Amino acid sequence: MGYSSVRGGLEAIGHAEQLIAGAVTDTDHEVGVEQVPGHLELLLDQVMGEGGLYDPQLGALAVKQAEGDPLEAGFLLRAYRTTLPRLGYSVPSSGRDTRVLRRISSAFRDIPGGQLLGKTRDYTQRLIDFGLGQKRAPSEGSNGTGEVNGAHATQPAEPLAPLPDEDEFPLVIDVLRAEGYMAPEPSEPVEDEPFDVTREPLRFPTRRSARLQVLARGETGAMLSLAYAGMRGYGGAHGYIGELRQGDLPVVISHPVTGKHARIGRVPVTESYQVVGGQATKADERPDYTMGYGIVTGRNERKAISMSIIDGSLKKEHKTGASIEDEEYVLHHIDAVEAMGFVEHLKLPHYVDFQASLQRTNSVRKLVQAARSNG
Amino acid sequence: MASATTDRPSSSVRGLIAERGGDFSGYSFAFLDDMAKREIRRATLKAVAIPGHQVPFGSREMPIARGWGTGGLQLTLSLVGSEDRVKVIDQGDDASVNAVNLRRLVAQMTGAEETLDTAEATLIQTRHRIPEEVMRDDQILIFQVPIPEPLRFIERSVAVARGMHAEQDYSRMWLALYEDIVRRGEISAGAGYPVMVNSRFIMAPSPIPRWDIPKLNQADTLFLFGAGREKRIYAVPPHTDVRPLEFEDYAFKTEEFDGLACEVSGATDVYLVESPGENGTSRWTASDTNYADKVAAGIEVNKQW
Repeated sequence: MGYSSVRGGLEAIGHAEQLIAGAVTDTDHEVGVEQVPGHLELLLDQVMGEGGLYDPQLGALAVKQAEGDPLEAGFLLRAYRTTLPRLGYSVPSSGRDTRVLRRISSAFRDIPGGQLLGKTRDYTQRLIDFGLGQKRAPSEGSNGTGEVNGAHATQPAEPLAPLPDEDEFPLVIDVLRAEGYMAPEPSEPVEDEPFDVTREPLRFPTRRSARLQVLARGETGAMLSLAYAGMRGYGGAHGYIGELRQGDLPVVISHPVTGKHARIGRVPVTESYQVVGGQATKADERPDYTMGYGIVTGRNERKAISMSIIDGSLKKEHKTGASIEDEEYVLHHIDAVEAMGFVEHLKLPHYVDFQASLQRTNSVRKLVQAARSNG
Repeated sequence: MASATTDRPSSSVRGLIAERGGDFSGYSFAFLDDMAKREIRRATLKAVAIPGHQVPFGSREMPIARGWGTGGLQLTLSLVGSEDRVKVIDQGDDASVNAVNLRRLVAQMTGAEETLDTAEATLIQTRHRIPEEVMRDDQILIFQVPIPEPLRFIERSVAVARGMHAEQDYSRMWLALYEDIVRRGEISAGAGYPVMVNSRFIMAPSPIPRWDIPKLNQADTLFLFGAGREKRIYAVPPHTDVRPLEFEDYAFKTEEFDGLACEVSGATDVYLVESPGENGTSRWTASDTNYADKVAAGIEVNKQW
């Protein structure tokens, strides 16, 4: 055989696969897949959200298989999800129906239903808990109070407040709507069936459902960065969080036989309602505020808020020309699978293209030299 | 591509895979589900009917990274039958690791035979090269495409560029080429030189070197282009006019290798790539490894495209 076979591409790939497999399983303390949802929940939530598939068991497998790389794990989920048939769509759910576990508003001090701090690290002190590194007796870890050794061990566990009932939390945004600061809710859904970005290529300008899907599947870091740039002056403005809520959203379908609505389960979500001002002008009297909306599966407030800032910027009527207001720019570049794939494809050989480039460079060099020698 | 019409004991896809010792019960034949295959085939037919026009399609996530040939792979998987012989090259090389990975995926998922031989293959998936050996009308060449839009770097909006194609409004493209000549003395595009297809659409031929551009014109072979990340399929059907964009006084030129020969096979008049050695020396070898192998083995190969 000629020289092409001597490089042993297949053999090298086989060895690389062995090294990867070893990293996941060759250890005395292999991570159990069942540990992921309980211990690495936020990572799992990010992976499932960006992977576009809410399935904690599969997500946990993906996290383990990817050695904890959230983008790689999300990619694993996507590549599996795309092979599944789409059986149908749920009935639209409203954030009003969320079983709330946490909700805050930074626009008002007192809101109907009250603020509920819930599970958050926002007001904790970011001190490394060295006690977490010490082995605990098995009984201590499972006493259900959240009490652990180390820094927290001296604090007595407060009994938690009982979970609030449903229906206790009207949306803050409704207050602004009632007072005419914001346009009223559309009387009926704008679209009968959502555009499906996993089955159809985007067309610009997009339909609302398409835009929200791409944002909801976007990569957390990319969206955070865009939102931050917008707030710092590259486009957006410093809006207000009308409401940030986290809880379990019911999933309702039309029963295939009776047509009646039936709840088939709940999905944990984080929702952000961003209040963006500046729509009204002297020439055009209208509600001044518009809403930027963000929703992601699981607990991921960073991404939900970023999404609502981006959505608010994309909706702005008086644009400044910044990237965050440009739908094609935003929606084309926040997808983790697409972005990492194209950036990392630079690892593939390019010597044919590079040779072509060198030939053009040499050609221009010759032209320049000839011009110089001619005087 | 080849359809299984012979009498088989099993008619189910899973049965067929199991017959061949495959264990992919969780996946469809050729990975893609039937709806995806149907959509890709429809887009492909439309692309063939409108040479050079980019047809949007619902590109699926594949089990390899986007940007690593998923567009070409989806085309290959939508066409391949278990009786096909599949060749995959990357930069002309069958042994390049990504080519190996793609080829074994296609074979695993379909039972199709792998081959390195350009003449033997029924489907060839390629990244950045057209084989030196002339392809026939019973073969299909499938290109992996990173950026399908030839106007991207003069008009970044997909929506606006689509309108420019519809109206055949290419004045800004010509102006960009003219400005290139003013600034650099020639049109500076190396790989991926823009072409006019069927006197209608400007098309990105994927980053093949200029060397390969003339092969696209009036070929016997069907050329299909798949851009997975960008979700576009387009085609150059057999016997279609494909012309590089050029001016009367600035004619298109291919790469020149000034009498250099492949150091391994001795092949001349082929696309060569340079491997810099120590002491400023260079080693030149043919990028099409199967062609080099054949020349080295004394096999006569037609390369008059």
